[in-house]
Amino acid sequence: MSTPTVAGPRRLAWVRRGRTLLRFWREFRRNRAGVVGLVLLVGACVLALVAPFFISDAELSVTKAPGPLVAEPSWDYPLGTDKFGRSILDLIWQGSRVSLTVGFLATFMSVVLGTVIGIAAGHYRGWVESLLMRFTDWVLVLPTLVLAISLVVVMGRGLGTIIIAIGVTAWPVTARLVRAQTLAVEARPFIERARALGGGHWHVMTRHVLPNVMPIVLARTTLLVASTIIAESTLAFLGLSDPSRVSWGTTLQEARDAGATSAGLWWWIVPPGVAIALVALAFTMVGRALEQVYNPRLRERR
Amino acid sequence: MSLLEIEDLSVTYRTAGGAVPAVRGVSLELPAGAKLGVAGESGCGKSTLALALLRLLPPSATVTGRIMFEGEDVLSMKWGRLRAVRWAGASIIFQGAMHSLNAVHRVGAQIAEPILLHEDVTAAEAERRVAELLRQVGLPPDRARAYPHELSGGQRQRVMIAMALACNPRLIIADEPTTALDVMVQAQILRLIEELVRDHDISLMIISHDLAVLADTCDRLAVMYAGRVVEEGPARQVFESASHPYSGALAEAFPRINDPASRLRPRGLAGDPPDPEMLPSGCAFHPRCPSAVEVCPRVDPQLWPADGSSRAACVHVLPDHGASLVEEGAR
Repeated sequence: MSTPTVAGPRRLAWVRRGRTLLRFWREFRRNRAGVVGLVLLVGACVLALVAPFFISDAELSVTKAPGPLVAEPSWDYPLGTDKFGRSILDLIWQGSRVSLTVGFLATFMSVVLGTVIGIAAGHYRGWVESLLMRFTDWVLVLPTLVLAISLVVVMGRGLGTIIIAIGVTAWPVTARLVRAQTLAVEARPFIERARALGGGHWHVMTRHVLPNVMPIVLARTTLLVASTIIAESTLAFLGLSDPSRVSWGTTLQEARDAGATSAGLWWWIVPPGVAIALVALAFTMVGRALEQVYNPRLRERR
Repeated sequence: MSLLEIEDLSVTYRTAGGAVPAVRGVSLELPAGAKLGVAGESGCGKSTLALALLRLLPPSATVTGRIMFEGEDVLSMKWGRLRAVRWAGASIIFQGAMHSLNAVHRVGAQIAEPILLHEDVTAAEAERRVAELLRQVGLPPDRARAYPHELSGGQRQRVMIAMALACNPRLIIADEPTTALDVMVQAQILRLIEELVRDHDISLMIISHDLAVLADTCDRLAVMYAGRVVEEGPARQVFESASHPYSGALAEAFPRINDPASRLRPRGLAGDPPDPEMLPSGCAFHPRCPSAVEVCPRVDPQLWPADGSSRAACVHVLPDHGASLVEEGAR
């Protein structure tokens, strides 16, 4: 601080950004659940990234898997094996790659779409609102699976198609929620003040409406992550994905098909469910911590 | 040329039940550096008038007439020009400071908002100006880092005043600036507004239901009833010797100190303000007027010259109490 350096405006801007980030992190750190959630998420992502270094293709092959068939958890197979003799632990570990990718990207896509359309509809009103909302209703009533199948026919099967198929079908609910909240926020006097002091549409939407609809967006995000992971399994089950790729959804699907529930094969069906629940929970915890950072009234008074 | 000239301004809201007139042909003038008070009961159209000045009314409102601000008609301005006039030309101190501040931003950032919108300044320069503005309204500059919920009602109103001053406007419109504040803080806030507009040579338009407050602060007073100006004149005169019975009743509604008799007299006004959808014929005030005469329901009163430089829309200021007008109408 004491050394008088010649700092350009760009450098100053970076310093300021850094300081903002630091303040953000300090505020975030105060929420212990949020930190736990963040650690869980980062841990899951790191594990997913390094999975190929620990698991060989042979171990996941339905014909060449080395383990005993449908074995209970043991020292060699901590979470047991499936009907092909594959280790459930390996399936979950490898499956996290597809599940997390689809879960994050499809959720991100549908939340961004829904938020943009919802805020625009709630802000502009009039014919813009009518047009956007009718479009939203139209997508809302489209059967998700039929749309996804048509998309796959056009775009070819693959992970990207699945992400887009989930992304473009899941946003209408978000759009409706965000529009309703936007209408409530737009009626508040500080919006009138923002317009009175010469703020344009963009200014009002980004500076005043967006931070105030953020809580609902975050809540929606945490719910969506879990449901997109499940949606991926549905689409994979219908053969719209690469069937040789394992994911949490496909593992659940296979376990159900094999009658794991009635046969009491708990080690097969519980772990993928727990994995999905843990990721959703981590998202919820991070989401709530973020909400607390964004909304100063939720912070404890100092 | 006056800073602000309102000519025959009418505002009509389109509702499901039909057109509702909120402001009906108001003409007012505000010379540069002057202080004008607009008084009236709830629903008389005074806030609608204030919002119409910067075209802040919802799309369901139809505005006719002319609003000349520094020689330019606000109603026919292009959107870009209008945005520039908002706040840099005329700013507003809103009622209810808690709700007019966004709870999720620090107050410093909110005061800086108009500066960054209207002027090409760096964030550091804006921050310096915010500190200066806070000092002017009597708050320590480090309060810029506070959130609205961390401030008291009076402090929040000071923040609103700092915000109104941010872009050096020529006119400040204060819409019930002291409502919801306790009496001591009210007086402080009014003194502060008075001082600041005097020091910065800003014109002021205060809107309030409290005639005493307005008489104390303003040079001239306009009293509104059912969307019309019913009396306009020097503030003291309107408050102390009103020509229109409604202004008189409004002034009487507040007890006067050192006048025991005024406490014992029945005060206030029977009845409710009229429904703007079903205005009474003739003078809209006649059903509640203590001195209504037989011509009142038949004469639509205009602002006629009354005592001195004041004008009042009441047949009693005419020498023949409106008798000739009725004959004219009958013929």
